[in-house]
Amino acid sequence: MNNSTVLWRVLLLAAVVLTGALLALPNWFGSDPAVQISGRDAEVDTSVAVAVRGALTEAGLAASETRDDEGRLLVLFEDEDTQLRARDAIASALDPNDYTVALNLVSASPAWLRKIGEPMSLGLDLRGGVHFLMEVNMAAAIDSAEERYVADWKREVREERIRGTRIQHENGELSARFRDEADRDRMLDAFANEVFDLDFDTSEEGGGFFITANLSEAAAEEERRSAIQQNITTLRNRINELGVSEPIVQQQGLERIVVQLPGVQDTARAKDILGATATLEYRLVVGGPAEWAAAENGNVPADARLYRERNGSPVLLSRDIIVTGDQIKGASSGLDQQSGTPAVFVNLDGAGARRMQDVTQENVGNPMAVVYIENRVDVRMENGEEVTENTKVEEVVSIATIRDVLSHRFQTTGLGSQEAADLSLLLRAGALKAPVNIVEERTVGPSLGKDNIRQGFLSAAVGLALVIVFMGWYYRVFGLIAGAALVINVVMIMAVLSALQATLTLPGIAGIVLTTGMAVDANVLIFERIREELRAGTAVQGAISAGYDKAFSTIADANVTTLIAAIVLFGMGTGPIKGFAITLCIGILTSMFTAIFGSRVIVNWLYGGKRLKSLPI
Amino acid sequence: MRTLISEGGFDFMGRRTFAYVVSGVLLSVAILAILLRGLNFGVDFTGGYTIEVGYQSAPDLDVVRDTLAAAELPDAVVQTFGTSTDVLIRMAPGAEQSNDAKVSDDVLAALATTSDEPIDMRRVEFVGPQVGEELRETGGLAVLFALGAIVVYIWFRFEKKFSVGSVAALVHDVVITIGFFALFQIEFDLTVLAAILAVIGYSLNDTIVVFDRIRENFLGMRRGTPAEIMNASINQTLMRTVVTSGTTLLVLLSLFFLGGAIIHGFALALLIGVVVGTYSSIFVASLAVLMLGITREDMMPVEKEGAELDSIP
Repeated sequence: MNNSTVLWRVLLLAAVVLTGALLALPNWFGSDPAVQISGRDAEVDTSVAVAVRGALTEAGLAASETRDDEGRLLVLFEDEDTQLRARDAIASALDPNDYTVALNLVSASPAWLRKIGEPMSLGLDLRGGVHFLMEVNMAAAIDSAEERYVADWKREVREERIRGTRIQHENGELSARFRDEADRDRMLDAFANEVFDLDFDTSEEGGGFFITANLSEAAAEEERRSAIQQNITTLRNRINELGVSEPIVQQQGLERIVVQLPGVQDTARAKDILGATATLEYRLVVGGPAEWAAAENGNVPADARLYRERNGSPVLLSRDIIVTGDQIKGASSGLDQQSGTPAVFVNLDGAGARRMQDVTQENVGNPMAVVYIENRVDVRMENGEEVTENTKVEEVVSIATIRDVLSHRFQTTGLGSQEAADLSLLLRAGALKAPVNIVEERTVGPSLGKDNIRQGFLSAAVGLALVIVFMGWYYRVFGLIAGAALVINVVMIMAVLSALQATLTLPGIAGIVLTTGMAVDANVLIFERIREELRAGTAVQGAISAGYDKAFSTIADANVTTLIAAIVLFGMGTGPIKGFAITLCIGILTSMFTAIFGSRVIVNWLYGGKRLKSLPI
Repeated sequence: MRTLISEGGFDFMGRRTFAYVVSGVLLSVAILAILLRGLNFGVDFTGGYTIEVGYQSAPDLDVVRDTLAAAELPDAVVQTFGTSTDVLIRMAPGAEQSNDAKVSDDVLAALATTSDEPIDMRRVEFVGPQVGEELRETGGLAVLFALGAIVVYIWFRFEKKFSVGSVAALVHDVVITIGFFALFQIEFDLTVLAAILAVIGYSLNDTIVVFDRIRENFLGMRRGTPAEIMNASINQTLMRTVVTSGTTLLVLLSLFFLGGAIIHGFALALLIGVVVGTYSSIFVASLAVLMLGITREDMMPVEKEGAELDSIP
């Protein structure tokens, strides 16, 4: 019971403190704004570095450092303003089909320290950025699946040359009406052979023979699952196109997707691009101005549909699509060489190119139309209920005579320049499988982010200092020992957060501040016990020992309850609240180590094994 | 040795009338405020928009209101936030708007066109009505769940009467803290809810330290009525209670005054919770246990060390 210094305890404490300090150190250096260049298909090699250097010199911008980082090129800058201008300069110097150029924040630590660890990542509320919660419109996903089956059925019926059928889907049910029972039964076999996802039924009514079918529950489930998966992929691609680095795109629940875009300031554009459903379709033109005018009075040929040009004038297009947006694998925007108007340059995939080649070969001299399609989702409140309305806007943006056989690569004009740029981005990134709707947005501007960091750290530092001064005044040397344990605790919280690559948020800082106030509780309990023992006449060494021993179970009990509350918070909380719960949990655990073990090692080192009459407590 | 208050046998259990009156008044005011005035829920729970913009010089709020009304964005609550140059605009979720998330863009665009100086977008929060409803549900569940989990832990670790006593203290603290927000109509958002959960953890922390000592004394002190033992226990832990609350209040005051306007509600809820929690761990929790008729025998089966202690002469 002489509290002598035990070597392994000292070594353990030293090792933990040293490791903690090393892991927390990158936070001291912080992060620098950078432009990140990564390859899409192409390699980021020295030629890219040369191009980047050229672009920067031309723009009169200076990089503070250039790093080669696992196939990415990172160009660091002194401030955000230079970073923004450099991004634009670099982006215009590189082909968007080959490279993505994004803004990033990278560790400003020296190279040796970067090998050890990264700084904590800052949450959107500290760094500025956008958080979106998007809901996938599942009704629309199911609807388009049914639409696909209707198209399949129609194709098969046409191939079998059965006349007088009517195929449609309504209220989640597919139905096909036949004139003849034999035809119906033959097609039922054909339909049922092809797909296993439908539950079939037959009926007779009013002289017609019907096949009705519903999407099976398993198939609907699969449809929903794939809708959300594909939307996540598409959103990721689009975000890459927007040049946002370290985005978070995650599924939440069954129908929602969380999107976090650090550093994004133009939220209106982000919303437009993420939610956009714009795509292109290529169709042959049917008839001429006379037929088009007649079509307005309802006189539409069976193989055609009435469309409108942007100026509102009618035009008839074939029901058969030549190529859809899905078959476009690359796109870029620029100016048409001849007319100088904005143009989208499109690259088709193999199947699309073959089809385009076949159709244009047969139709040289005939006009072809480009249709710009946008699926808009409007959400309205009606009698307290959310009502979703899907509207499909289809506009013919250009009609041009086929002069030559087209295949892989061609261009489309007729759009505004921003529209052309956005459309080429959307075509590169792929279409959303089902429309999405933003149900929650949290945006923090860069100025508020900076204020939050400054105020958060100031309040943490002042709080810590106040506690140390108070403890030093009240418990004298022992109070200062508790203060030292507290400082070690804060370093360790930062080390654990950095090691876990957890995100620090403003509530997270509040959690650290709160832990600072509460973590001394363990020491207060111990010191009060030691005082009691001393008052009761116990000798100094015995009092220290008894104080630590007797307080232990109380400390454990008290911390477990706070831990329970913190874990519940973590489990149920969202976003920023989670940040508070994480730092609170980590703080409680590390404080048990520093306040009990850490302070004991220091106390033993200072007072252990000595013959003392009194203690500075 | 420095002490903040003179040590000694303060008769806490004898001052029940004081506790009854204080708690009775605080609880009635809190419950009345919650029932009559209700909570001023933030957009997190009601759904709607919060938009914070920064001007270079203090703007005329009426002009801001007129601008929004002219842009057909009516029913906006416009007020300053933190400083006179920061303006907070709150709007209920749209009934008419066709695309909800775009409304905030419209607000910012409308403000930008009518202002001579550049406007700094500081914060936009939009919560759809359905998300708000869900947050309200999970929030309420979280509080109940935390209470439940803690009751189970105390029951397991202590004894039924203690568990009831600690929950009485907890409910007392939570109701009074929430009542304060209702009484002064301070905005109740997600961070305040987080603070309430932290108050639950803190209040319990305090209560447990006292209970731990009560249990120890029941087993260790051979003489004394339950009331005397409780008094002794509270007095022995009083300094610790005061010092720990003091350090926690110090950091919370730092957070309240220096942490910025966004964290105000959070810091305030904790400040109230800690003050009330400290009071309740001294008066309410122990008093509740005493009223439930705790006896030495209640302690016996809980822990084995009781047997050892009894054999000491």
